[in-house]
Amino acid sequence: MSNVGIVIVSHSPLVAEGTADMVRQMVGDEVPLAWCGGNGHGGLGTSVEAIMGAIDKAWSDAGVAILVDLGGAETNSEMAVEMIGEPRSHKIVVCNAPIVEGAVMAATESSGGASLKEVVATAHELSPS
Amino acid sequence: MAASDFSKLIAAAADTIAAHAEELTALDQAIGDGDHGLNMKRGFEAVRAEADAFSAKPLPDALKAVGTKLVMTVGGASGPLFGTLFMALGKELPAVPDRAALAAALGKAIEAVAARGKSQPGQKTMLDVLQPVYEALAQGKTAREIADAADKAAEATVPMKALRGRASFLGERSIGHMDAGARSTALLVRAVAEAIEGNR
Repeated sequence: MSNVGIVIVSHSPLVAEGTADMVRQMVGDEVPLAWCGGNGHGGLGTSVEAIMGAIDKAWSDAGVAILVDLGGAETNSEMAVEMIGEPRSHKIVVCNAPIVEGAVMAATESSGGASLKEVVATAHELSPS
Repeated sequence: MAASDFSKLIAAAADTIAAHAEELTALDQAIGDGDHGLNMKRGFEAVRAEADAFSAKPLPDALKAVGTKLVMTVGGASGPLFGTLFMALGKELPAVPDRAALAAALGKAIEAVAARGKSQPGQKTMLDVLQPVYEALAQGKTAREIADAADKAAEATVPMKALRGRASFLGERSIGHMDAGARSTALLVRAVAEAIEGNR
Protein backbone atom coordinates (compact mmCIF):
# COMPACT_ATOMS: atom_id res chain seq x y z
CA MET A 1 0.00 0.00 0.00
CA SER A 2 1.38 3.42 -0.85
CA ASN A 3 -0.50 5.48 1.75
CA VAL A 4 1.37 6.62 4.85
CA GLY A 5 1.13 4.09 7.67
CA ILE A 6 -0.22 4.99 11.11
CA VAL A 7 1.09 3.48 14.36
CA ILE A 8 -0.70 4.02 17.67
CA VAL A 9 1.36 3.65 20.87
CA SER A 10 -0.39 3.90 24.24
CA HIS A 11 0.55 2.81 27.75
CA SER A 12 -2.75 0.93 27.72
CA PRO A 13 -3.53 -1.78 25.14
CA LEU A 14 -7.21 -0.89 25.54
CA VAL A 15 -6.62 2.74 24.60
CA ALA A 16 -4.39 1.74 21.67
CA GLU A 17 -6.84 -0.83 20.32
CA GLY A 18 -9.81 1.48 20.87
CA THR A 19 -8.07 4.28 19.00
CA ALA A 20 -7.29 1.89 16.14
CA ASP A 21 -10.97 0.83 16.06
CA MET A 22 -12.00 4.46 15.67
CA VAL A 23 -9.53 4.98 12.83
CA ARG A 24 -10.79 1.86 11.00
CA GLN A 25 -14.42 2.85 11.39
CA MET A 26 -14.02 6.55 10.58
CA VAL A 27 -11.33 6.30 7.90
CA GLY A 28 -11.49 2.76 6.55
CA ASP A 29 -8.98 0.21 5.32
CA GLU A 30 -7.01 2.35 2.90
CA VAL A 31 -4.37 3.14 5.51
CA PRO A 32 -1.79 0.68 6.90
CA LEU A 33 -2.50 0.68 10.62
CA ALA A 34 -0.99 -0.98 13.69
CA TRP A 35 -1.16 -0.43 17.42
CA CYS A 36 0.62 -1.54 20.56
CA GLY A 37 0.19 -0.92 24.25
CA GLY A 38 1.31 -2.33 27.57
CA ASN A 39 4.79 -3.10 28.87
CA GLY A 40 4.94 -6.65 27.55
CA HIS A 41 4.64 -8.06 31.08
CA GLY A 42 0.92 -7.57 31.56
CA GLY A 43 1.15 -4.06 33.00
CA LEU A 44 0.65 -0.55 31.68
CA GLY A 45 3.57 0.87 29.74
CA THR A 46 5.23 0.73 26.36
CA SER A 47 7.77 -1.64 24.87
CA VAL A 48 10.41 -0.74 22.29
CA GLU A 49 10.20 -4.24 20.85
CA ALA A 50 6.41 -4.00 20.42
CA ILE A 51 6.70 -0.56 18.84
CA MET A 52 9.29 -1.85 16.34
CA GLY A 53 6.87 -4.68 15.51
CA ALA A 54 3.97 -2.26 14.99
CA ILE A 55 6.12 -0.09 12.70
CA ASP A 56 6.94 -3.17 10.60
CA LYS A 57 3.28 -4.10 10.43
CA ALA A 58 2.14 -0.65 9.32
CA TRP A 59 5.16 -0.10 7.08
CA SER A 60 4.64 1.82 3.88
CA ASP A 61 7.20 3.15 1.42
CA ALA A 62 5.46 6.50 1.91
CA GLY A 63 6.49 6.40 5.56
CA VAL A 64 4.92 5.91 8.97
CA ALA A 65 3.46 8.44 11.44
CA ILE A 66 3.41 7.40 15.11
CA LEU A 67 0.85 8.75 17.57
CA VAL A 68 1.68 8.44 21.28
CA ASP A 69 0.09 9.21 24.63
CA LEU A 70 2.31 10.05 27.65
CA GLY A 71 6.06 10.78 27.88
CA GLY A 72 7.39 7.22 28.05
CA ALA A 73 5.51 6.30 24.88
CA GLU A 74 7.29 9.12 23.08
CA THR A 75 10.73 8.20 24.50
CA ASN A 76 10.25 4.54 23.62
CA SER A 77 8.95 5.36 20.13
CA GLU A 78 11.98 7.55 19.42
CA MET A 79 14.22 4.75 20.66
CA ALA A 80 12.42 2.27 18.38
CA VAL A 81 12.91 4.54 15.36
CA GLU A 82 16.61 4.84 16.16
CA MET A 83 16.99 1.08 16.51
CA ILE A 84 15.21 0.45 13.21
CA GLY A 85 17.97 2.62 11.79
CA GLU A 86 18.67 4.11 8.40
CA PRO A 87 17.36 4.34 5.79
CA ARG A 88 13.86 3.52 7.10
CA SER A 89 14.23 5.82 10.14
CA HIS A 90 14.12 8.83 7.81
CA LYS A 91 10.56 7.90 6.86
CA ILE A 92 9.20 7.56 10.42
CA VAL A 93 7.94 10.50 12.49
CA VAL A 94 6.74 10.55 16.10
CA CYS A 95 3.92 13.12 16.08
CA ASN A 96 3.30 15.76 18.70
CA ALA A 97 -0.50 15.46 18.86
CA PRO A 98 -3.26 14.06 21.06
CA ILE A 99 -3.36 10.32 20.42
CA VAL A 100 -7.01 9.78 19.44
CA GLU A 101 -7.63 12.96 17.47
CA GLY A 102 -4.14 12.78 16.00
CA ALA A 103 -4.57 9.21 14.79
CA VAL A 104 -7.95 9.89 13.17
CA MET A 105 -6.81 13.13 11.51
CA ALA A 106 -3.47 11.69 10.36
CA ALA A 107 -5.21 8.60 8.93
CA THR A 108 -7.78 10.76 7.17
CA GLU A 109 -5.01 12.78 5.54
CA SER A 110 -3.13 9.61 4.64
CA SER A 111 -6.17 7.96 3.08
CA GLY A 112 -6.27 10.76 0.51
CA GLY A 113 -2.73 9.92 -0.59
CA ALA A 114 -0.97 12.76 1.25
CA SER A 115 2.78 12.68 1.86
CA LEU A 116 4.30 11.86 5.28
CA LYS A 117 5.08 15.57 5.73
CA GLU A 118 1.44 16.53 5.09
CA VAL A 119 0.14 13.76 7.38
CA VAL A 120 2.42 14.86 10.21
CA ALA A 121 1.54 18.55 9.70
CA THR A 122 -2.16 17.71 9.98
CA ALA A 123 -1.59 15.91 13.28
CA HIS A 124 0.58 18.72 14.62
CA GLU A 125 -2.14 21.28 13.91
CA LEU A 126 -4.05 19.71 16.80
CA SER A 127 -1.33 20.62 19.31
CA PRO A 128 -1.35 24.09 20.80
CA SER A 129 2.30 25.14 21.07
CA MET B 1 39.80 -4.85 29.49
CA ALA B 2 39.86 -8.63 29.79
CA ALA B 3 36.60 -10.51 29.21
CA SER B 4 36.57 -11.70 32.82
CA ASP B 5 36.78 -8.09 34.01
CA PHE B 6 33.74 -7.06 31.99
CA SER B 7 31.89 -10.08 33.36
CA LYS B 8 32.72 -8.87 36.86
CA LEU B 9 31.34 -5.42 36.09
CA ILE B 10 28.10 -6.93 34.82
CA ALA B 11 27.81 -9.09 37.93
CA ALA B 12 28.51 -6.14 40.21
CA ALA B 13 25.90 -4.00 38.46
CA ALA B 14 23.25 -6.74 38.46
CA ASP B 15 23.99 -7.59 42.11
CA THR B 16 23.51 -4.05 43.37
CA ILE B 17 20.31 -3.52 41.38
CA ALA B 18 18.91 -6.82 42.68
CA ALA B 19 19.91 -5.99 46.26
CA HIS B 20 18.21 -2.58 46.08
CA ALA B 21 15.22 -3.42 43.88
CA GLU B 22 12.72 -2.96 46.69
CA GLU B 23 14.23 0.34 47.74
CA LEU B 24 14.13 1.61 44.14
CA THR B 25 10.52 0.55 43.81
CA ALA B 26 9.64 2.32 47.07
CA LEU B 27 11.31 5.52 45.84
CA ASP B 28 9.42 5.27 42.57
CA GLN B 29 6.13 4.59 44.33
CA ALA B 30 6.49 7.88 46.18
CA ILE B 31 6.62 10.07 43.06
CA GLY B 32 6.56 7.84 39.96
CA ASP B 33 4.63 4.79 38.83
CA GLY B 34 6.32 2.33 41.18
CA ASP B 35 7.91 -0.06 38.73
CA HIS B 36 11.52 1.15 38.64
CA GLY B 37 13.05 -1.51 40.90
CA LEU B 38 11.35 -4.41 39.18
CA ASN B 39 12.06 -3.03 35.71
CA MET B 40 15.74 -2.44 36.39
CA LYS B 41 16.13 -5.83 38.01
CA ARG B 42 14.54 -7.56 35.03
CA GLY B 43 16.85 -5.68 32.67
CA PHE B 44 20.08 -6.31 34.53
CA GLU B 45 19.25 -9.98 35.10
CA ALA B 46 18.72 -10.27 31.33
CA VAL B 47 22.16 -8.72 30.85
CA ARG B 48 23.66 -11.08 33.45
CA ALA B 49 22.19 -14.06 31.60
CA GLU B 50 24.27 -13.12 28.54
CA ALA B 51 27.35 -11.90 30.42
CA ASP B 52 29.64 -14.51 28.86
CA ALA B 53 28.62 -13.70 25.30
CA PHE B 54 28.80 -9.93 25.88
CA SER B 55 32.17 -10.15 27.63
CA ALA B 56 33.69 -12.00 24.69
CA LYS B 57 33.15 -8.93 22.50
CA PRO B 58 35.49 -5.92 22.27
CA LEU B 59 34.56 -3.32 24.92
CA PRO B 60 32.63 -0.94 22.60
CA ASP B 61 30.53 -3.80 21.20
CA ALA B 62 29.99 -5.25 24.68
CA LEU B 63 28.64 -1.93 25.96
CA LYS B 64 26.37 -1.55 22.93
CA ALA B 65 25.03 -5.07 23.51
CA VAL B 66 24.32 -4.23 27.17
CA GLY B 67 22.51 -1.05 26.12
CA THR B 68 20.40 -2.82 23.50
CA LYS B 69 19.46 -5.54 25.99
CA LEU B 70 18.40 -2.91 28.55
CA VAL B 71 16.27 -1.09 25.96
CA MET B 72 14.48 -4.32 25.12
CA THR B 73 13.98 -5.61 28.66
CA VAL B 74 13.75 -2.78 31.21
CA GLY B 75 10.59 -1.20 29.83
CA GLY B 76 9.16 2.11 30.94
CA ALA B 77 11.13 5.21 30.05
CA SER B 78 14.13 3.86 32.00
CA GLY B 79 14.87 1.26 29.30
CA PRO B 80 15.66 3.78 26.56
CA LEU B 81 17.41 6.13 29.02
CA PHE B 82 19.76 3.60 30.61
CA GLY B 83 20.05 1.78 27.28
CA THR B 84 21.11 4.99 25.55
CA LEU B 85 23.73 5.59 28.27
CA PHE B 86 25.42 2.25 27.59
CA MET B 87 24.94 2.36 23.81
CA ALA B 88 26.48 5.84 23.66
CA LEU B 89 29.42 4.77 25.85
CA GLY B 90 29.98 1.87 23.47
CA LYS B 91 29.86 4.18 20.49
CA GLU B 92 32.33 6.68 21.97
CA LEU B 93 34.86 4.51 23.80
CA PRO B 94 37.96 3.04 22.17
CA ALA B 95 38.64 -0.67 22.76
CA VAL B 96 41.23 0.10 25.44
CA PRO B 97 40.25 3.41 27.05
CA ASP B 98 42.31 5.47 29.45
CA ARG B 99 40.73 7.84 31.96
CA ALA B 100 40.63 10.77 29.54
CA ALA B 101 38.84 8.65 26.93
CA LEU B 102 36.41 7.40 29.56
CA ALA B 103 35.61 10.93 30.70
CA ALA B 104 35.16 12.15 27.13
CA ALA B 105 32.88 9.21 26.31
CA LEU B 106 30.81 9.75 29.45
CA GLY B 107 30.42 13.41 28.50
CA LYS B 108 29.05 12.40 25.09
CA ALA B 109 26.86 9.70 26.65
CA ILE B 110 25.35 12.27 29.03
CA GLU B 111 24.47 14.41 26.01
CA ALA B 112 22.80 11.40 24.39
CA VAL B 113 20.76 10.62 27.53
CA ALA B 114 19.77 14.29 27.82
CA ALA B 115 18.60 14.29 24.19
CA ARG B 116 16.69 11.04 24.64
CA GLY B 117 14.87 12.34 27.73
CA LYS B 118 14.66 15.93 26.45
CA SER B 119 16.09 16.87 29.83
CA GLN B 120 19.09 18.52 31.46
CA PRO B 121 20.73 18.46 34.90
CA GLY B 122 18.68 20.17 37.62
CA GLN B 123 15.39 18.49 36.71
CA LYS B 124 15.54 15.66 39.28
CA THR B 125 16.68 12.84 37.02
CA MET B 126 19.59 10.44 36.49
CA LEU B 127 21.44 13.31 34.79
CA ASP B 128 21.85 14.96 38.19
CA VAL B 129 24.09 12.04 39.17
CA LEU B 130 25.80 11.51 35.81
CA GLN B 131 26.98 15.11 35.52
CA PRO B 132 28.89 15.24 38.86
CA VAL B 133 30.30 11.76 38.13
CA TYR B 134 31.60 13.04 34.81
CA GLU B 135 33.17 16.05 36.55
CA ALA B 136 34.79 13.90 39.25
CA LEU B 137 36.12 11.55 36.59
CA ALA B 138 37.50 14.40 34.51
CA GLN B 139 39.13 15.95 37.61
CA GLY B 140 41.07 12.76 38.28
CA LYS B 141 39.24 11.75 41.47
CA THR B 142 39.67 8.23 42.83
CA ALA B 143 37.07 5.51 42.28
CA ARG B 144 35.92 5.90 45.89
CA GLU B 145 35.59 9.69 45.56
CA ILE B 146 33.61 9.25 42.35
CA ALA B 147 31.24 6.78 44.04
CA ASP B 148 30.82 9.17 46.99
CA ALA B 149 30.11 12.04 44.60
CA ALA B 150 27.41 9.91 42.97
CA ASP B 151 25.73 9.14 46.31
CA LYS B 152 25.85 12.78 47.33
CA ALA B 153 24.38 13.82 43.99
CA ALA B 154 21.51 11.33 44.35
CA GLU B 155 20.81 12.71 47.84
CA ALA B 156 20.80 16.20 46.34
CA THR B 157 17.78 15.29 44.18
CA VAL B 158 15.62 15.07 47.34
CA PRO B 159 14.83 18.81 47.58
CA MET B 160 14.53 19.22 43.80
CA LYS B 161 11.24 19.68 42.01
CA ALA B 162 10.74 17.15 39.21
CA LEU B 163 10.48 18.71 35.76
CA ARG B 164 10.62 15.54 33.65
CA GLY B 165 8.91 12.16 33.69
CA ARG B 166 5.92 10.96 35.66
CA ALA B 167 7.11 12.72 38.82
CA SER B 168 6.74 16.09 37.10
CA PHE B 169 2.95 15.64 37.19
CA LEU B 170 3.22 16.04 40.96
CA GLY B 171 4.91 19.44 40.74
CA GLU B 172 5.71 20.71 44.24
CA ARG B 173 4.74 17.36 45.76
CA SER B 174 7.77 15.74 44.11
CA ILE B 175 9.95 17.73 46.54
CA GLY B 176 11.21 15.72 49.52
CA HIS B 177 11.74 12.40 47.72
CA MET B 178 14.89 11.07 46.09
CA ASP B 179 14.61 10.43 42.36
CA ALA B 180 14.63 6.68 41.73
CA GLY B 181 16.64 6.98 38.51
CA ALA B 182 19.25 9.11 40.28
CA ARG B 183 19.50 6.48 43.03
CA SER B 184 19.88 3.56 40.60
CA THR B 185 22.51 5.51 38.67
CA ALA B 186 24.48 6.13 41.88
CA LEU B 187 24.22 2.43 42.77
CA LEU B 188 25.60 1.47 39.36
CA VAL B 189 28.43 4.00 39.60
CA ARG B 190 29.49 2.67 43.02
CA ALA B 191 29.29 -0.95 41.88
CA VAL B 192 31.41 -0.29 38.80
CA ALA B 193 33.88 1.94 40.68
CA GLU B 194 34.40 -0.65 43.41
CA ALA B 195 34.72 -3.49 40.90
CA ILE B 196 37.37 -1.57 38.94
CA GLU B 197 39.18 -0.59 42.15
CA GLY B 198 39.14 -4.21 43.32
CA ASN B 199 40.84 -5.32 40.12
CA ARG B 200 43.90 -3.17 40.66
